[in-house]
Amino acid sequence: MLATIVSWTVVAGLLVTSSGLLLYQDWRWGIGFLAGQYAGVFWLVLQHWPLGMAAAKLVGGWMATASLGMTLLGLPQPHEPVEKYWTQGRTFRLFMVGMAALLAATAATGVEVMLPGTGIPVAVGGILLIATGLLQLGMTSQVLRVLLGLLTTLSGFEILYAAMEGSGLVAALLVVVNLGLGLVGAYLLTVSPEEKTQ
Amino acid sequence: MSAPFIWIFLPLMIGGFSLLIGRERLATMVGGATAVILTAAALIVPIDEALGFGSFSLKIASSYQILGRNLTLDSAEAPLLAILFGVAGLWFLGAESVGVARRLTPFGLIIISLLVASIAVQPFLYAALLIELSVLAAIPLLLPSNQAPGRGVIRFLIYQTLGMPFILIAGWLSAGVEASPGDLSLTVQSTMMLGLGFAFLLAVFPLYNWIPLLMEECSPYVVGFLLWLLPTVTSILGMSFLDRYAWLRTSDQVIGALRVGGLLMVVTGGIWTAFQRHLGRMMAFAAVTETGLILLSLSLNPATGLPIVFLLLMPRGLGLAVWALSLSVLDSNSESLRFSSVQGMARTHPLAATGLIMSALSTAAFPLLAGFPPRLALWNGLAQRSLNDSFWLLVGILGLAAGAVRMLAVLVMAREETPWASRESWAQRGMLGIGMIGLLVLGLFPQAANPILDRLPLMFQHLGH
Repeated sequence: MLATIVSWTVVAGLLVTSSGLLLYQDWRWGIGFLAGQYAGVFWLVLQHWPLGMAAAKLVGGWMATASLGMTLLGLPQPHEPVEKYWTQGRTFRLFMVGMAALLAATAATGVEVMLPGTGIPVAVGGILLIATGLLQLGMTSQVLRVLLGLLTTLSGFEILYAAMEGSGLVAALLVVVNLGLGLVGAYLLTVSPEEKTQ
Repeated sequence: MSAPFIWIFLPLMIGGFSLLIGRERLATMVGGATAVILTAAALIVPIDEALGFGSFSLKIASSYQILGRNLTLDSAEAPLLAILFGVAGLWFLGAESVGVARRLTPFGLIIISLLVASIAVQPFLYAALLIELSVLAAIPLLLPSNQAPGRGVIRFLIYQTLGMPFILIAGWLSAGVEASPGDLSLTVQSTMMLGLGFAFLLAVFPLYNWIPLLMEECSPYVVGFLLWLLPTVTSILGMSFLDRYAWLRTSDQVIGALRVGGLLMVVTGGIWTAFQRHLGRMMAFAAVTETGLILLSLSLNPATGLPIVFLLLMPRGLGLAVWALSLSVLDSNSESLRFSSVQGMARTHPLAATGLIMSALSTAAFPLLAGFPPRLALWNGLAQRSLNDSFWLLVGILGLAAGAVRMLAVLVMAREETPWASRESWAQRGMLGIGMIGLLVLGLFPQAANPILDRLPLMFQHLGH
């Protein structure tokens, strides 16, 4: 019972972090929300994986986040430009997050049927992150935002996949993929002159 | 000593160390030598059989265990290893002449070893993760440290990354379908996931818009390398799925989807090639068409289709290598690869222009060139099944041929007073010459590759028998 309450609290936390990632354009907020999101992912993955494997996911996610954060910190002007073509209205983005949350709430039972034993909070958390990550990817072509979107989408997938597959090799490879995305993101940020200067 | 160590970990380590190499010539030699040695080893060294050296004997084990799972490369995979490393050797040896060897050798070796690992990993559906890692390694290969990422690179990263989760979930669902074949909804879900995963990974219509963008933004040579390697290995993964799951290879809907997807790629790729005004974008759409041909071959009866898929591999690798090398030579000597910039360059760079035309014609199934025999076989197979399909294949190929003719017209459209001269370097001439001779040899004597190609279907337990 307590675990379920904690899981729902974590899902609420994921709603806050994923909304924050969409709403705030300042990179510091983005990095902070991503780090918090990985803590939530850790808890939901822990429902199906042993502590060691779930902790590896948390550490891998935080390392990816740190690599992005450290890179942005080292750039001359690491503040984010306001993107010309990004839908600016916060209300619109909030509405889209609401739609994603609605989608997660309605689709979770279907996922639970498809993957018996997943647990509704785990399914909601996974779908929510996938949906908000895809929203992020669809709204921008900015390198940092795209990376945040990809990491969020993958986090959602990993929550659901943990209920299906418990292989150590898969866990290790997924951690390496997350780290790789973080490093590739760091590389892309350092070679993006327009993001440094604006 | 194990086969995965030789063909996965060794090139991975050499690739890692060659990141430290600062000279183009040395990087080319390291990459070329590694690829040639590994090709020779794949052709000569038996796997899982004792090799006697006087009183010593050595046995190359086929498996290596890692985190409770196996990486397995047995003797059935040796011909594929020979093709992958052999064609990669050509790319590495040509890299110095266009100034990308310091990037292509290390990242190319890392990518190829990860992709070989994706072929070797058991269960095979984990391959999607290794393909994703190779995609991540491709980003620094595509972008030198002084070039900002464009939309093509970003889309490449997004699309390839989104493919991975679909394949992993499809693999899990497929096992469920196998256990309860009567569950229709599970079958539909699994097929949808698989279709979406491969649509992203293979850049199936309409998800291929990153390919022409990438050709405009990045070095044509490195993009060509990726356009050869990634779809080739992803196709092998697709064939593994068909081989593993009986419900998949006997499903009319799956075969129909392969047919429609393949035809869409061939027709749209061919038609877009005909209307482009940028040589790089032409190559991009021709590569899309090539992938469509693989899908079309897979939609045929396995006994007919599988040999055609393998027959397509070598001409595809060689054709794209010559095309990309020729483009890189022209690119480095002109403002851009737009028609207005390269007009008349056949007079100043005749070998590069010839390489470009030959590889374009080979892709368009021009007789006596490498692309002709597999396309003829595919056409024959399609015609036996449906004349409509063979007509649409003709439309796609005519588009490619029209593109090649336009390319030829633009390249020879020089001013009368422009003198003929060959401004390519000796290395460029040598590599282009070898590539063009290869295109002719594979076209005139396609049976020369039979000793390798005949053994390739043995990789697949059900499809290949």
